[in-house]
Amino acid sequence: MIEARSITKRFGRTTAVDGISFCHERGAIALWGSNGAGKTTLIRCLLGILRCGGSARICGIDVRRRGRLARALVGYVPQELAFHDDARLGRAIAFFASLRRVSHEDAARALALVSLNGHETKRVRDLSGGMKQRLALAIAMLGDPPVIVLDEPTSNLDSEGRHEVVHTLRSLKQQGKTILFASHRPDEIISLADRVLVLERGRIVRDTTPIGLWPHERAVKTIRLHLVGTPEPEAARILLREGFAVHCNGSGLCVAVPRDRKASPISVLARHEIEVRDLEVLEEVDTSEASS
Amino acid sequence: MLCVARREFVDAIAGKWFLLCSLTFALLALAISFVSLSTAGSHAFAGFSKTTAGLLNLVMLVVPLMALTSGSASIAAERERGTLLYLLAQPISRVELLLGKYLGLSGALICSICVGFAISAIVLAWHAGSAGAGSYALLVANTIVLALAMLSTAFLVSVLARRASIASGISIFLWLTLVFLSDLGLMAGTILFKLRVQEVFALAIVNPMQAFKMGVIHAMNDSLDVLGPVGAYATHTLGNALPLILAGVLVIWIALPLLLASLCFARRSTL
Repeated sequence: MIEARSITKRFGRTTAVDGISFCHERGAIALWGSNGAGKTTLIRCLLGILRCGGSARICGIDVRRRGRLARALVGYVPQELAFHDDARLGRAIAFFASLRRVSHEDAARALALVSLNGHETKRVRDLSGGMKQRLALAIAMLGDPPVIVLDEPTSNLDSEGRHEVVHTLRSLKQQGKTILFASHRPDEIISLADRVLVLERGRIVRDTTPIGLWPHERAVKTIRLHLVGTPEPEAARILLREGFAVHCNGSGLCVAVPRDRKASPISVLARHEIEVRDLEVLEEVDTSEASS
Repeated sequence: MLCVARREFVDAIAGKWFLLCSLTFALLALAISFVSLSTAGSHAFAGFSKTTAGLLNLVMLVVPLMALTSGSASIAAERERGTLLYLLAQPISRVELLLGKYLGLSGALICSICVGFAISAIVLAWHAGSAGAGSYALLVANTIVLALAMLSTAFLVSVLARRASIASGISIFLWLTLVFLSDLGLMAGTILFKLRVQEVFALAIVNPMQAFKMGVIHAMNDSLDVLGPVGAYATHTLGNALPLILAGVLVIWIALPLLLASLCFARRSTL
């Protein structure tokens, strides 16, 4: 379904994606890595939005040569939800439906699937973050594409919104869709992914499963560390070297840790003379829910 | 492509900037019509012919500004808002997206121009009959071609500029250059380099505004003698080919920037 061969993307002197190759047939595949690891760029290259080296195929169709046809087979949910804010919800989905040559009835059905029916006259700017996310999901499902690609699908949502989106994606996966998503949340990876590609500095450093990421632990917690002085990327690199799954997003380091060893990343950082100012415990994930 | 054009058209028509430009153009056209009628006294001659001459200068100021500002924001603003990424992730090619937006904005621009001219035409026909309506219609047609040429240029700016504000700044500078600075430059160049009349003519028609002005004056008078030695040279040397050359210049100003914009947009390795 999704095939990448030596995908390389440079922005000036920076190599954002460095010769990534993988092939994925069915089920959900997650891209895991810190900010700047190359997840978003890789997704954009796979969709043919960015010109890049190497080749990408969606359902056997070359994205560079027949990009329009390939993108018709993909529903995409971007990281930053950008709609025309003045447009009404009904008009917004009708526009994307016409772009994807989908009837208005199917567009209405897609809205109903994400419980947005009845809100058609609301302006997009008046929608909550969760509603916008659901609208993006409805647009991605227009035309029933076999592949769904999502870039940090729940990054702007609260806990309830996250559960709704993950639930919808699980049911799409059960319907036989191929799902590729970028995430930094262990709960999403464990609930959805059959396979995980760990990205670091534009390269795949591990091709594993959710269980492979946290092999010895039944329950995993995500904690957010706030540091004193030290740049987060530097601390993230140290933790990654020590085997932690880390994500840094500018507002703290999110680290997945075993439930009974929440302080372990703090002691690792202390060994490198990095002081932790504050610690937040986010959510707990049961790895026994993992797909494989 | 057509659904992009349709959305662009509706968004432009509903936009405040377009409404303001259309209203301004319609009001100024109406004012010029009334001034033309009042200075005509008892002679019904005035009507369309005199108003056409008056509107020519208004069109050269307002219409390029409308086209350049609306077109330059088109792609650059989508890029800045992040909506371009979302559009490009849909089953549409970059060239189709660009042409769809161009078609939609062209439609809105033509509607806006036609409304202004139509209001003026109704007033003129009511008070002074239909004498000279032919040259007025030619002015409308030439104005539409000029608007499309300026819109193409604006699209090229919009594709190349990284930010909407930069695109708008460049388009306003372009407008100033084409409306005021190029005339001043041509005058200075003529004196400094002692340019020959054919060289002055060739340099003048590179500017689409001048090609438009000459085209309309030629349509009204069948000659460019009123423009002095350069006009007389063009009329007598080029003869019947002159209107075709002037129209050709405007067509090139439509096609070339749009082609360049499409190529740049399609080959861009970033958003």
